[in-house]
Amino acid sequence: MSKENSVRQKHCDVVVIGAGPAGLAAASQASGAGAQVLLIDQSLRPGGQFWRHASEEHDADPGRWHHGWNTYTQLAKVLERAIGTGRVEHLSGHHVLTGERTGTGLGLTVQPVPELADGVRGLITVEAPAVVLCPGAYDRQLPVPGWTLPGVMAAGGVQAFIKTQGAAPGRRAVLAGTGPFLLSAAASVIQAGGEVAAVCEAADLTGWVPHGVAAALVPSKGLEGAEYISLLAKHRVPYLRRTAVTAIHGEQRAEKVTVSRLDRHGAVVAGTEKHFNDVDLVGLGWGFVPQSELVVQFGAQTRIDIDGSLIGVVDTRQHSSVEGLYLAGEITGVAGATAAVAEGRIAGYAAAWMAGYRVRGARQAAAAQRDKILRANHRAFARAMHTAHPLPAGWESWMQEETTVCRCEEVPYHRIRESTETLSAQEPRGLKGTTRTGMGWCQGRICGAAAICLAKSSGDQRKEQAARAVAKRPLAAPVRLSDLAESRAQTRPLKAP
Amino acid sequence: MVPAVNASDVLVIGSGAVGAAIAYFCALRGLSVAVVDSGAVGSGTSSKCEGNLLVSDKEHGPELDLANYSLKLWQGELAEHSHLWEFENKGGIIVASQESSMASLQRALRVQREHGIRVEEIDVAELKRYEPNVTDEAVGAAFYPDDSQVMPMLVTAHLMRMASEAGAHMWPYTEVTGLLRSGDEVRGVITARGSFWADAVINAAGPWGGQLARLAGVNVPVEPRRGYVLVTEPMEPKIFRKVYAAEYIDNVGSSDGGLQASPVVEGTPAGSVLIGSSRERGGFDTTFNPEAIGRIATNAVKLFPFLAETRVLRYYFGFRPYVPDHVPVIGPDPRAPGLWHACGHEGAGIGLSVGTGKIISQAVAGEDTDLSLEVFSPTRFGELTEVAA
Repeated sequence: MSKENSVRQKHCDVVVIGAGPAGLAAASQASGAGAQVLLIDQSLRPGGQFWRHASEEHDADPGRWHHGWNTYTQLAKVLERAIGTGRVEHLSGHHVLTGERTGTGLGLTVQPVPELADGVRGLITVEAPAVVLCPGAYDRQLPVPGWTLPGVMAAGGVQAFIKTQGAAPGRRAVLAGTGPFLLSAAASVIQAGGEVAAVCEAADLTGWVPHGVAAALVPSKGLEGAEYISLLAKHRVPYLRRTAVTAIHGEQRAEKVTVSRLDRHGAVVAGTEKHFNDVDLVGLGWGFVPQSELVVQFGAQTRIDIDGSLIGVVDTRQHSSVEGLYLAGEITGVAGATAAVAEGRIAGYAAAWMAGYRVRGARQAAAAQRDKILRANHRAFARAMHTAHPLPAGWESWMQEETTVCRCEEVPYHRIRESTETLSAQEPRGLKGTTRTGMGWCQGRICGAAAICLAKSSGDQRKEQAARAVAKRPLAAPVRLSDLAESRAQTRPLKAP
Repeated sequence: MVPAVNASDVLVIGSGAVGAAIAYFCALRGLSVAVVDSGAVGSGTSSKCEGNLLVSDKEHGPELDLANYSLKLWQGELAEHSHLWEFENKGGIIVASQESSMASLQRALRVQREHGIRVEEIDVAELKRYEPNVTDEAVGAAFYPDDSQVMPMLVTAHLMRMASEAGAHMWPYTEVTGLLRSGDEVRGVITARGSFWADAVINAAGPWGGQLARLAGVNVPVEPRRGYVLVTEPMEPKIFRKVYAAEYIDNVGSSDGGLQASPVVEGTPAGSVLIGSSRERGGFDTTFNPEAIGRIATNAVKLFPFLAETRVLRYYFGFRPYVPDHVPVIGPDPRAPGLWHACGHEGAGIGLSVGTGKIISQAVAGEDTDLSLEVFSPTRFGELTEVAA
């Protein structure tokens, strides 16, 4: 069994982590420049969350639920060719566990995703002069009474279900939260044959008004939005503004939903409750959280973005504060797939350049300029969107004493309150230490956004510290002790940077 | 915010378990108390450790006496709060897997018995009754019925809450940048949030205690010694006591600066298993040392083979306040009157916190102390010979 458990080592010019829009673009650009690329991704097939594939039995019309599918098929074709010529190695079905500076470059440890590994075991260590990190984002969640009932999902989870299964995960849905993504998820439910009882938008949308110019720079987004609105209108779906789902009821699963009006501060207005009966699917979407643990592990500089997310700081080449580490896509600010592709190309090119592959023709120069303009326009649009769709500051007003905040460790809201009020837990770490919030399986991925709010960290610097504390996951995925023993005993200690 | 003049009987620097315990016992006595910390409550070593209340790993006389004294407090006057900090009198087992480590273990047992520690030498069959999943390689073991465990953050947070309820004031995010002096005397501290005057300024800064002493120009050679802990996925109980290998005693008692690792494994009420431990000196180095993790994992699997298939969710490290003779520094500093020390507890600060807090409170109040402070004296290391960078 020594073969199964042995530690393998790989070297290459550029490692690309993540095969979503940014990662695919980075891999194609870096390999196009001549670099030897290792593309690492959790899934078996490329595309990431955004271009998530249908399961095989639903694969008849792969582009049906997707935006920008042409971009995907182009990138996938380039990737396939590069794999054919040996320029790209696609390490699919693998997690990156750790990332660190090695003194001579950047080092990673990688393990097979257990569910996909088919008996393959052991860790792989990778070293390269340049890494393009494109980890994407996951749904940002806020707790609400009843959110642990079956039938309640993240809005992104609803969308992902439809992409893979080709059917809605429920018969009659309420979508709630904030941001245009709710409309997209609602449209998918309808197109997949489900009914949408209501879409609840916490913002009042007047936040868009001062940003008309930014929105106009990205006409495709406007068109997409208009399509959703007209589809919802056609199906007479109420689009309730300044409204939130404030309780979900049911015995075995979600059956009924209470919605309430919110005031200017996002707090519940008493007496405005309305009920939607006969609802078996609730999709909650409060924006997205960039997957930042590897950025924190590498020790790269971060900041709090306009939407409250912890993001990596990059220069115009998408280079982070850590030599050789490039970031592209949502990790530099949640801005969608088009921006991610543009950033991925910029980063892939720069990473190859750093690894010594320096080609630049007139064609590439022109393309690079186009990417920079795309990036700027989509970033401006994203800023406008985030400004118009903030997290409602008063969301705590819909919490009840027993509402679960941390699902893994089953920590109810009142325990969090006791901790912040009497045990001086003024930061997520204190909350974690005194209540176990964020200590469980998900390592704070689900409750992290709520924990940051509830710990009442105030001030920019303190907020960033709080977000970094939540994102501090020394292991990006669980790993068996035997694997740690094997790999770590064999690698030499690292030098201080 | 901070009043223009903040004056108290006692000012504690550091809100870890030791600082919180001092604040609690002083406030209980009616002394006015302020606590300052550069970060949040308990955000240093106390939030990055395992919460050991051990008598089994102590070889040195004074430290053992303090451990015994502390244990009586945990089980006596503080017993009513036990549930708040998940106090668990689970007992500890030291396993020897080689004849040589069995010899170390027996040597430790002799000293411990002299100091009144309850311990039983057990054979392999008995060991298996206590811990059915332990390695078949074991050649012998010792059982310590008094070894206990607490959740260190809960201890710290609740002691600080109890101190506040008794009148102490806590100032988080208030870093000490200088001392208020009058000749040799220390009269208070300077912070970014203003000056704090006090009759007794107590250095409970844990691994930062050495730096703080240098601010006063006195030598208290506390240095950080880094220790890693791995945390597994939650599981049904499979490890029932605090179990560690006999080599751990040698490591704790060692002054070697290099990396040392020996397995310390225990279950927790939450179901995850905590796996330590490593020791390495090298300042406040926060760069990852994969070798430490690898050795801890290797050792743990040797002690409990089933752990090979167990998944680790995370790991963390903390800086243990190390002193060369492994005896904490507790008491007034005659070289800088007004300054007191309560630091250097290395890996035992949680367990020893309450004993430390109580004797400090007695001494500050001018009463006889339950344990003599002499052996803990800060002057035992001699004067500062080099100027710190």
